[in-house]
Amino acid sequence: MSARHKKAIPARVWVGVALVALALAALPFVAGLAGQAWVRILNFAMLYVMLALGLNIVVGFAGLLDLGYIAFYAVGAYTYALLASPHLGIHLPFWVIVPLSAAIACLFGVLLGTPTLKLRGDYLAIVTLGFGEIIRIFLNNLNAPINVTNGPQGINMIDPFAIGGFSLAGTTTLLGVQISGPQKYYYLLLLITIAVIVINLRLQDSRLGRAWEAIREDEIAAKAMGINTRNVKLLAFAMGASFGGIAGAVFSATQQFVSPESFGLFESVIVLAMVVLGGMGNIPGVILGAVLLTLLPEVLRSTMEPLQRALFGRVWIDAETLRLLVFGIALVAIMLYRPAGLWPSAVRKRELEVASK
Amino acid sequence: MKQLSLLTARGISKRFGGVHALTNVDFTINHGEIYGLIGPNGAGKTSLFNVLTGIYACDGGTFNFDGEPLDGLKPNEVAARGIARTFQNIRLFQNLSALENVMIGRHVRTHAGVFGAIFRDQRTLAEEAAIEKRAYELLEYVGVGKHANAQARHLAYGDQRRLEIARALATEPKLLALDEPAAGMNATETQALKNLLEGIRRDGTTILLIEHDMKLVMSVCDRVLVLDYGKKIAEGPAAEVQKDPKVIAAYLGGEVSLNLKRA
Repeated sequence: MSARHKKAIPARVWVGVALVALALAALPFVAGLAGQAWVRILNFAMLYVMLALGLNIVVGFAGLLDLGYIAFYAVGAYTYALLASPHLGIHLPFWVIVPLSAAIACLFGVLLGTPTLKLRGDYLAIVTLGFGEIIRIFLNNLNAPINVTNGPQGINMIDPFAIGGFSLAGTTTLLGVQISGPQKYYYLLLLITIAVIVINLRLQDSRLGRAWEAIREDEIAAKAMGINTRNVKLLAFAMGASFGGIAGAVFSATQQFVSPESFGLFESVIVLAMVVLGGMGNIPGVILGAVLLTLLPEVLRSTMEPLQRALFGRVWIDAETLRLLVFGIALVAIMLYRPAGLWPSAVRKRELEVASK
Repeated sequence: MKQLSLLTARGISKRFGGVHALTNVDFTINHGEIYGLIGPNGAGKTSLFNVLTGIYACDGGTFNFDGEPLDGLKPNEVAARGIARTFQNIRLFQNLSALENVMIGRHVRTHAGVFGAIFRDQRTLAEEAAIEKRAYELLEYVGVGKHANAQARHLAYGDQRRLEIARALATEPKLLALDEPAAGMNATETQALKNLLEGIRRDGTTILLIEHDMKLVMSVCDRVLVLDYGKKIAEGPAAEVQKDPKVIAAYLGGEVSLNLKRA
């Protein structure tokens, strides 16, 4: 709470911030040494940070379980894909579509929120799960009678992010340094991610953030204190969805291809796992969860096959299977030994301690 | 000219299945009063609170509060109109700090929305500072100022009751409805509570008080309403009500005289 009333910031902090900034700026080139695939993975990590922070508003702050969150990511991605590709022949600029994606996803958030306001816990989870699937199935089937989404083939040749003639796709040589497409996108993503983080921090420490916490703690008391729980919950859905929409639009521009396959139930579950593992309601924890759960499978993928070859001379379990196995075990272990998440919020930790007594 | 009565209830009824929790209850609370609501366990006191504050819809009757009907309002709308309450089983935001609890009480009287939260313009910053300042003042006012940063759950029982009052006062109520604020308090704490209630009344807030501690009720309330089996059996000045044979019968089965006179 008192963080807002800053005294003069000591020089030490500035040095720290400068070092972190430098590290973040250098990161895509360091990762680039190991291959552009790793830069792409970093970009995905940032997309997941945005998604996890958005879901954190609904699940972490307001305490509403949402299993269909990926639907908003899909809405954002398809909004961009339809408005910046040859598919409909529309080519709007990135900076126009991103806010639009956020707005449309927000609208869908309200659409999901309105009928589910009275539901809690398991019931809400089931309805949101259904909602997520409905959106995916719509995307899959809206190619007839009028071809809107191009069905299971998805939409390709989506416009990349570009300012004037400078496109983020493809390699550019700047001052004698070769910068790849993913590396350029890294900086765009970094900017947007930082903006999303700042907005989330500010939302948490505001009149609204307190209202969300109040609803999570005791909805009846929150109502009796004059909080319009209906509107405040809807706002949580809307804000969470907006961040999903932004992430979706950026995803579309980065990949230049979208298909319904990217928005399955498993994705919703992964994003929820990021929030829960990292530490529900705690922004640094959620960021940690998102980064870890994006990187861990990739690290496993790249180490498990060489490791098996070295140990047994042949590959017993293929990397994909083993990756999920280790992933599952890791999740179970964390839930057993750190049920409040790797980096829990102080408040959430207390809630869980009480619940387990 | 201001009306004399702040709250008028006419014919309030509430049923749960076949149980008549409240039957045709009438009463009037005047501006600046401390109005007691007593009755044996299960008499319908808390039901009346829940109907008044919009948690239950009543099956019959109307409330008129400060010149306007309260019919069909939701709890948050009732709070916005100016009725704040506490709960019989304390319902604080247990894992938040005492300060945050009271700050949440300011919600209904403040306005910052999403854009204010994100952009932190001057108005929002000023509002936030005012919320925090007022919250500290209220914590001091009820006497839990030194626990501002403690978790609500870790406060002593009596302090939790006081914190709940501070949270309710943060909504700037015209009528403060307290559901057994002295429950579980010792004699010293009850005395301090009595002083607090008198202070709140002096500062201009009308109080509706459910209480089992007869000594407190008789010493602090101007008038008292007695419920039994959901019906009003007596209403009037505390001193008269305690002599009422129907009240004595309701409490003690009518065989022993109620020894409250020295209270």
